[in-house]
Amino acid sequence: MTRMMFARGLKRKCTEDEEAAPSYSRQRQSLLDMSLVKLQLCHALAEPSLCRSVLIANTVRQIQEEMTQDGAWRGAAPQTTGRAPLDRLVSTDLLCRSVRDGAGDGPAAPAPRGLQSSIWEGDGPLEDKGSFQKSLDQILETLESNTPLSVDELFSDVDSSYCSLDAVLTGVVGGAQSGQDGLEALAAMAAPAPSTSCKSDLGELDHVVGILVET
Amino acid sequence: MLLSLPALHLQTSEYHPLFQLPHGRLGPWCSPTGSPAPLSCETGCGEGSWILVCRLLVPTQVSLLSMEEDIDTRKINNSFLRDHSYATEADIISTVEFNHTGELLATGDKGGRVVIFQREQESKNQVHRRGEYNVYSTFQSHEPEFDYLKSLEIEEKINKIRWLPQQNAAYFLLSTNDKTVKLWKVSERDKRPEGYNLKDEEGRLRDPATITTLRVPVLRPMDLMVEATPRRVFANAHTYHINSISVNSDYETYMSADDLRINLWNFEITNQSFNIVDIKPANMEELTEVITAAEFHPHHCNTFVYSSSKGTIRLCDMRASALCDRHTKFFEEPEDPSNRSFFSEIISSISDVKFSHSGRYIMTRDYLTVKVWDLNMENRPIETYQVHDYLRSKLCSLYENDCIFDKFECVWNGSDSVIMTGSYNNFFRMFDRNTKRDVTLEASRENSKPRAILKPRKVCVGGKRRKDEISVDSLDFSKKILHTAWHPSENIIAVAATNNLYIFQDKVN
Repeated sequence: MTRMMFARGLKRKCTEDEEAAPSYSRQRQSLLDMSLVKLQLCHALAEPSLCRSVLIANTVRQIQEEMTQDGAWRGAAPQTTGRAPLDRLVSTDLLCRSVRDGAGDGPAAPAPRGLQSSIWEGDGPLEDKGSFQKSLDQILETLESNTPLSVDELFSDVDSSYCSLDAVLTGVVGGAQSGQDGLEALAAMAAPAPSTSCKSDLGELDHVVGILVET
Repeated sequence: MLLSLPALHLQTSEYHPLFQLPHGRLGPWCSPTGSPAPLSCETGCGEGSWILVCRLLVPTQVSLLSMEEDIDTRKINNSFLRDHSYATEADIISTVEFNHTGELLATGDKGGRVVIFQREQESKNQVHRRGEYNVYSTFQSHEPEFDYLKSLEIEEKINKIRWLPQQNAAYFLLSTNDKTVKLWKVSERDKRPEGYNLKDEEGRLRDPATITTLRVPVLRPMDLMVEATPRRVFANAHTYHINSISVNSDYETYMSADDLRINLWNFEITNQSFNIVDIKPANMEELTEVITAAEFHPHHCNTFVYSSSKGTIRLCDMRASALCDRHTKFFEEPEDPSNRSFFSEIISSISDVKFSHSGRYIMTRDYLTVKVWDLNMENRPIETYQVHDYLRSKLCSLYENDCIFDKFECVWNGSDSVIMTGSYNNFFRMFDRNTKRDVTLEASRENSKPRAILKPRKVCVGGKRRKDEISVDSLDFSKKILHTAWHPSENIIAVAATNNLYIFQDKVN
């Protein structure tokens, strides 16, 4: 399997491979992005599930830790442009499999633009671990206080229900993927059935995503 | 608050086929292909014990209780229903629980209602109807509320129901939503006193001067009426969402657990509770772990366990100190490095914890497995059963669509020899701890014709898909079995599949 080969750390040129088969670091980045979107939507909800939020936050911490070790973290920041995160929410089943051996992937190719800087309002481009940590802490704080951040207002037109959260998330993914493999089909199929009433219309979805990635 | 029979929104008229549970411990389990089921337990068992034998089933009547048909009637008749565009959302069953004799079965739903079913009385000429449950009582337990201080809506969804042991003719149960626990009394009335002459027909006192004799009233039979009355309301003690309630074996106290705290209540006292566990860090930024479930030991009133989102279980002894922040035992399995991924923590988060009836074992459910722990061994479970290991390679997608956060529950059978838990696609799984056999069954209307055999299902894992197998990619992840219940002494199970409740029964009943 090609993907497994990448996981085992074949040296590769990022320019060619980026589009063809997602690398570990790229998938990791998209997982990170996805988690951040989830966290953000989480606290836009009236009363998020604390368990879910904590688990997602721990996942973010874990990814961040690994990226820091790789040195991938520093590279992740500067180039924040356009709607990149959409393109990068690709199948990330590599991550499901197993630990990657530390040396495997080598220092990741400059991981594409980060979503973070846009999510954390006013934080500006992310420079280091410190400011990221700050952002994460901010989210956790909000979990407790339930004081709406200004970003919440951006989501105010989104129905605050679990359903729509799911629709937004799966919608983001579904809309971005053109190459269907089994996994994506699964993801698409797994979108909740009772969604007739909570299917966000695409325009609104684009709007939300646009805000998320805008710098 | 009095609500009387009949329930408006549940029908018991449908029939449903049965599946066969092992008769005692040695009963064979069905397999459509005759091939051995995947060995899921690490305890060695001989190859021979894995031969599964098909058995024919004797059709027996079981009720399929469906709430689908009656939505319109309910909207008209039940004033307590919110004016809500999708009424079916409120019908989704959120908890199922047999009482201690198995005579009654209670369900709670997202609409805040509790529906109690009663087992059909035995009669000599209707032997085949013995497993059937009919609606006994239905009442609105919780209403949607609004917390004005926090500006938050409080859902009416019933998170858990627990029965109290029966002490007299009435039944008592606890029901809880995210914030408030209520104690309900459910009692019958089938007689009323007649023949008073102190009051007139409309209940007004007569002029004493007109009364010349004093008549002794007599009890006359009347149509059975079941009343549900809220007896206690235990409110304002939880900041976070209540995930568990558990009645203590002293029958005088119970506990309620939310994400960060566990409180101990006396049934007679509603205005105060004791905080027995508090894991809230002073600084919420340091929060990395939450309480996911908690339960009292079935016999030792001083002992309880709680599980966490990090996959650990803590056993606490209330004799040690009033605040049980320090555990007595700590159950944790070392992580398997070969299975480590970014999702390791999420999938190890425990969604349910249950003591065995004997009190010797604890069962925990995480995303992919069910584990049985011996109270005397803390470093690893004695048994691990794979519920749907084929999802391991799909975790990213399940994270994307949030299914990975689904909270599956698990139950023991009456003799602690079989355990049951749910999965996706309306599948639920049973594991026989003695024979190490397991079976996948499906609770669905489409695939179960009246009085037909409930066929074991199989999910195809890699390789060629055989006939009768379903591939992982075609599983329906919106149909999940989160809540099930097992009759305390018989092979009767209740399985909640979104807004349907299935009751299956072993033929030997």
